[in-house]
Amino acid sequence: MTRFVLGRIGFYTLVAVLLAFFTIPLLWLVTAPFTSDPTYEVKVPDFTLDNFRAVLEHPYALPSLWNSVVLSVGSAVLVVVMAALAAYALSRVRLPGRDALLYALLLLSSIITGTAAMVPLFQLAVELNLIDSQLGLILILTGGLLPAAIFMLKDFMDSTPKSYEESARVFGASPLQIVRHVVVPLVRPGLATIAVWAVANVWGNFLMPYLLLSDVEKQPAAVITYTLYTEGGQANLSMLSTFGLLYSIPVVLMYLFVSKKYGFRFHGGIKR
Amino acid sequence: MAQAISPPPEVVREDGPARGDSTDAAGLGRVRAAVFVAPALLLIAVFLVFPALWVLYLGLTNYRLTGVAAAEPQFVGLDNFIAAVTTPAFWNSTWLTVEFVLGSAVIGQAVLGFTIAWLMRDRRGTLKRAVEGLVILAWILPSAIVAFLWVALLDRDSGTLNAMLGIPGFAWLLDHPMLSIIIFNVWRGTAFSMMLYGAALGNVPPSHLESARLAGASSWQQLRDVVFPHIRGHILTNLLLISLWTFNDFGPFLLTAGGPDGRSEVLAVHVYKVALQAGELGHGAAVSTVILLINLVVAVFYLRLLRSKK
Repeated sequence: MTRFVLGRIGFYTLVAVLLAFFTIPLLWLVTAPFTSDPTYEVKVPDFTLDNFRAVLEHPYALPSLWNSVVLSVGSAVLVVVMAALAAYALSRVRLPGRDALLYALLLLSSIITGTAAMVPLFQLAVELNLIDSQLGLILILTGGLLPAAIFMLKDFMDSTPKSYEESARVFGASPLQIVRHVVVPLVRPGLATIAVWAVANVWGNFLMPYLLLSDVEKQPAAVITYTLYTEGGQANLSMLSTFGLLYSIPVVLMYLFVSKKYGFRFHGGIKR
Repeated sequence: MAQAISPPPEVVREDGPARGDSTDAAGLGRVRAAVFVAPALLLIAVFLVFPALWVLYLGLTNYRLTGVAAAEPQFVGLDNFIAAVTTPAFWNSTWLTVEFVLGSAVIGQAVLGFTIAWLMRDRRGTLKRAVEGLVILAWILPSAIVAFLWVALLDRDSGTLNAMLGIPGFAWLLDHPMLSIIIFNVWRGTAFSMMLYGAALGNVPPSHLESARLAGASSWQQLRDVVFPHIRGHILTNLLLISLWTFNDFGPFLLTAGGPDGRSEVLAVHVYKVALQAGELGHGAAVSTVILLINLVVAVFYLRLLRSKK
């Protein structure tokens, strides 16, 4: 009995510490936007809306959020469609060198999407006339996200039962129809997870848009965030915190929506 | 090549339904499978493989951001590589990156992520949703915003942390830059491990745990003898992914900019400084290539571990 009580106490203490660790850094984001002249200090706000008015009046703030939506939704759609097709094919048909290929691409993607390939990607974008093109940026971002997406989705595909596909095939469905009407419904939580992952990745990506979009009217919120400085060259905390809150809300809503509708979970591990 | 087109029939037999891994239930066939894979591979080839090869080539030239060498880069062979690995700053960065990956990914994220998944494994309801929601929130918020939140948290005069600990004026980012970025990265990235282990624990048959409990196994013994063997594949996938991601993460730059005096200049930041701030693109590309090789070693190490125990 004492052991049970101690266990309970230990459990709730641990959970309280975890909650504190993950909550405390977020406090500033929910207090500073409603405080006049915020500093880095977290204090009870005076509930002013002046900061929001200032953000609304900023010529590029709201349009940049729309640009973020275009970029992240565009990339997520491409990533999900292409990765689903590729992961399905790789899961069901043993193409020669499949596993080595997957690992090689995964390895490459984790390196090349960082700072390492900035220079070649920029040169490539210039050659292909993709500078200042949102479509070009979407393609580049998609290329970077695809290997990890295929890798994760293939695990989902491997764990779905094959018998439905066999029956669909007996009734004369084409492979594309089977994917659409049999496989996709089965792996929907996986597709939703990949979509959220892709959106969150692009939504927060600073480096690539900064490098490839010079037109301020096309730049996403991540780039605009770094332009919010006062005349004195200091970070404009009232603008930054308020814009940061507005910039954060869409991904949070998306997560809540997806986790409610499809369940937000991973299958993982290399099954053998 | 011929083998790729007409596979020997016994391969199909060997991979029969029992393996469950590559049964072509939908009758896809190799040609259509290749068509399904093609769009993804095309994008990957153009925007990932080609730039990677280009980095290899740049590493062999004296290409610079500005000046004569910007217009007509010369082939310099392995000079950049020799320069890269003989720079003390490079070894400093490599060592800091090892600390960063071990501290924040392998120990921090993986252990914390597993702990949360384990604590929440048979809970439903508000507590589970709150804990998981907050952890995932830290993961999906944009990095620009997250960096500002931590700058605010760790600020020396009015930061929340110093106010809570009652030590105003303590400069975390200056006095403990590595500790700061390690804790930051644990906070930022634990969600992925938590979700992966959450899914993995769902696959451990409850009956196995039940019988271990009835046999009087302690929690630790249950973990060691029942849970870990079951989720071995998940653990290694998780470690592989988070190690690679952390290795190449540019996030520390947003908190400390590599400073003070390069004391938190991990390799991703080192490349940025060499290539863009100093303008030595060839040298930077050589460092990138070395990073690629180190990543390769790390990946092969994990894959070996995964295959060793069969």
